[in-house]
Amino acid sequence: MSVATQDTAIRTGRVTRTLIYLVLVLFALFYMLPLYVMVVNSVKPLEEITGGGMMNLPVVFTLEPWAKAWSSAQIGVEPTGLSPYFWNSIKMVVPAVAISTVLGALNGYVLTKWRFKYDTIVFGLILFACFIPFQIVLIPMAKMLGLMGLAGTTWGLVLVHVVYGVGFTTLYFRNYYAVFPTELIRAAQIDGAGFFQIFWRILLPSSGPIAVVSIIWQFTNIWNDFLFGASFAGAGSQPMTVALNNLVQASHGVKEYNVHFAGAILAALPTLLVYIVAGRYFVRGLMAGSVKG
Amino acid sequence: MGFLDIDNTTKSYGAVEVLHKVDISVQEGEFLVLVGPSGCGKSTLLNMIAGLEEITSGEIRIKDAVMNGVHPSKRNIAMVFQSYALYPNMTVGQNITFGLEMHGTPKPERDKAMKDVASLLQIEQLLDRKPGALSGGQRQRVAMGRALVRNPDVFLFDEPLSNLDAKLRVDMRTEIKKLHQKLGTTIVYVTHDQIEAMTLSTRIAVMNGGYVQQLGTPQEIYDAPANIFVATFMGSPAMNVLPAKVEIENGRPTAQVILHDGSTVSLPFSQDNMKDWAGKEILLGIRPETITDEDAADRKSSNIAHMTNRIVVTEPAGSDTFVTMTLGGKDVIARMRSDANVQAGADFTFAVNMEKAVAFDPKTEARIAP
Amino acid sequence: MALSADTDFKTRLQTWLPKLVLSPSLALVLVFVYGFILFSVYLSFTDSRLLPSFGWVGWENYSKLWRLSHWETSLTNMGIFAALYIGICTALGLSLAIFLDQKIRGEGFIRTIYLYPMALSFIVTGTAWKWFLDPGIGLENVMQSWGWTSFEFDWIKNRDFAIYTVVLAAVWQTSGFVMAMFLAGLRGIDNEILKAAQMDGASNWNLYRRIIIPQLRPAFLSAFVILSHLAIKTFDLVIALTGGGPGRATELPATFMYSYTFSRNQMGIGAASATIMLMTIAAIMIPYLYAELREKK
Repeated sequence: MSVATQDTAIRTGRVTRTLIYLVLVLFALFYMLPLYVMVVNSVKPLEEITGGGMMNLPVVFTLEPWAKAWSSAQIGVEPTGLSPYFWNSIKMVVPAVAISTVLGALNGYVLTKWRFKYDTIVFGLILFACFIPFQIVLIPMAKMLGLMGLAGTTWGLVLVHVVYGVGFTTLYFRNYYAVFPTELIRAAQIDGAGFFQIFWRILLPSSGPIAVVSIIWQFTNIWNDFLFGASFAGAGSQPMTVALNNLVQASHGVKEYNVHFAGAILAALPTLLVYIVAGRYFVRGLMAGSVKG
Repeated sequence: MGFLDIDNTTKSYGAVEVLHKVDISVQEGEFLVLVGPSGCGKSTLLNMIAGLEEITSGEIRIKDAVMNGVHPSKRNIAMVFQSYALYPNMTVGQNITFGLEMHGTPKPERDKAMKDVASLLQIEQLLDRKPGALSGGQRQRVAMGRALVRNPDVFLFDEPLSNLDAKLRVDMRTEIKKLHQKLGTTIVYVTHDQIEAMTLSTRIAVMNGGYVQQLGTPQEIYDAPANIFVATFMGSPAMNVLPAKVEIENGRPTAQVILHDGSTVSLPFSQDNMKDWAGKEILLGIRPETITDEDAADRKSSNIAHMTNRIVVTEPAGSDTFVTMTLGGKDVIARMRSDANVQAGADFTFAVNMEKAVAFDPKTEARIAP
Repeated sequence: MALSADTDFKTRLQTWLPKLVLSPSLALVLVFVYGFILFSVYLSFTDSRLLPSFGWVGWENYSKLWRLSHWETSLTNMGIFAALYIGICTALGLSLAIFLDQKIRGEGFIRTIYLYPMALSFIVTGTAWKWFLDPGIGLENVMQSWGWTSFEFDWIKNRDFAIYTVVLAAVWQTSGFVMAMFLAGLRGIDNEILKAAQMDGASNWNLYRRIIIPQLRPAFLSAFVILSHLAIKTFDLVIALTGGGPGRATELPATFMYSYTFSRNQMGIGAASATIMLMTIAAIMIPYLYAELREKK
């Protein structure tokens, strides 16, 4: 992860150290608890849960709840399971992440290497967009999507996520390019490279790490979004989070907790995988999100 | 008309003028060094020649063509940067030929030019490496190769040696000078290091506060500095500048200087026009190497004065020994041979070569010309 | 830019390209953020109900809003939630960071565990905690089935305590991130200062109290800004965990706005509440961003 270990000058006694380890392990259990609950209860029959065995390992192991959550659970009125919504999310996330990252990279490049009067103000305007409470744009956005003919569509959601994500991607690339030596840009200018050639040949080949940060951040945020999905998605474009909420909140019939847990894991799996595979970049994005680059 | 003309050029950021009416004409094949402390405007001026910064007013011409507003790549210049600015994702070979590629030179020609430059700089074996795998000196060579391959009208160097360690810096300095002698190209070179300026240049522009303080050959700058700034900036240790009073003795102008014990010594001027300053205070400039022991005094000098003064500190530096004394109320440094018999706290008789001494007007700080 | 007339077209294009490339993003943001903000603020002064309408009613929506007990509940809950959430996250994050900074074996692994909730959707978090805290099948049921028959834990169904379950789930999700922020701050402190303080005879306690924690000021500030911003935006978690209930016990301004605008057809009042939310966040974020951007210049 991003924070490097260094030699600490502080020395602690044996008793203190034991206590520290104890506290740390206790909290590790606390953070693991919901995940444990979700996993063990997603592979046991419903009776084991309702019978007071939520914390127990399954007596009878079954993948039935997973299958049901994926392909046959009642979501809204249709017994489709979560799978169509999973693909809705993918169809929304991939273009939104790609577009916002490309825009962020170009913006960061302009804002650091082609500075102009008021560029800080422009950046401030773009950046503040990430921090507004989105309630303030819900009403006009719904109207605008209607005007553009994008109401209830995946592309409408892509547009929304690009607009409100571009501030973060710009922030990442700007902070990254700010420490990229300007002399390299000048050398390339003297060598005769133009605006896009410099970007393509000089800057982009060195942008791997920050592109990963930006992609992971956008992927996590957009995948996990609920507010925009709930407000603007139509029947054919609802993302995974909205579908999961519909599944869990459904008031009719028996509450199939095991199916809910399996569905929750399905919804969490993509971002969780990204976190496990590339946690270092995820943390970097989080840190940069607190503006300090 | 020169080869490169900087004509009445100024630079402002908003309302702040950072370069004031710079006027320099560089001849073909000249090696001009812009030297000064940081913030003096030397790098700004270089960037303006390169086209990386706009010209607020005035003109810059290369081969009589006005360069204002012309894109850097169309000025037929090449630049070596302080950080070398090698493209990290390209090999040495690609770095060198990137400019040719951008200008649409066909690949066979590019490869030939690259080979020629590589052999000139002896970097053939590095062509396939990435810059990250090179030492400082090698990077420096590659950066020069990238500039040379373009065969430009003017080479611009922006403090190219300041990132090297002391020994390598001296080697590369010699290398650059050799290259200039061999190729006879026109060079504008920025540095804050006065030794680099003295050793490399055919002419020096000493800059401070956005003004060119003096433009001249290294010898002119050293022997006849235009003002106290130039006098103390060029030369190491710096020229001693101390208050003195001009008085006429036996028909000759002399500088009356106060010794450590409050008594006065009389040092005769070589410049006859110092008579005009009789009875007035001036600032006397004496370079450390012109204060020595009797045996080391310049035999060719017609004006050696003597004074006995107390030694405060001695600093043996191997080849020389630096001696500090109090003169005119200031710490004054003398440069002695290493075998001179000097001891802190002892009195010693110094020989001062007054032929080389200069005088400054204390009000304007300009040198009083002979 | 003052370029002379003989500047060729390509060079001129090069000077305009950067602005050209930036302009789509800027245009998007100007319309979809600032234009929309103005529109919403305008709506808050109109008689909009089911659909936007432009009959000017002045401050009426605001005065109605402040008389609504529903809004008052939302604000009270926000106060409780924000205070506890920010306070507990900061205290817990700092403590865990300090503990983890003691050359702990397996530090990387522990950090990974503490931080993973940040990668989850609030809907997932809400679902997991919803059923774990549910008295029927969750903790209470488990404890009773384990023989502690008098054990009771029904906060999530209890009007007086439900808001604390929202705090619990939110703290669970973000405290690891706050820990990481403080850990980065701790790692940024010059070790020589610590050694000097130890030579001066400072105990560990004093070392932290007098030397280290005061140097974490920037981390505290960042944590506060990020947490308060998250707190005001909290919406999904409540929807998934309690749905705002029982009754209105866990309504927050964000859920209030949503239900007034989209279910109760009181768009004017919804817009007024969104405007108040925006003002609150702006009051925290603008000075922070301003200071950050100035520093960077």
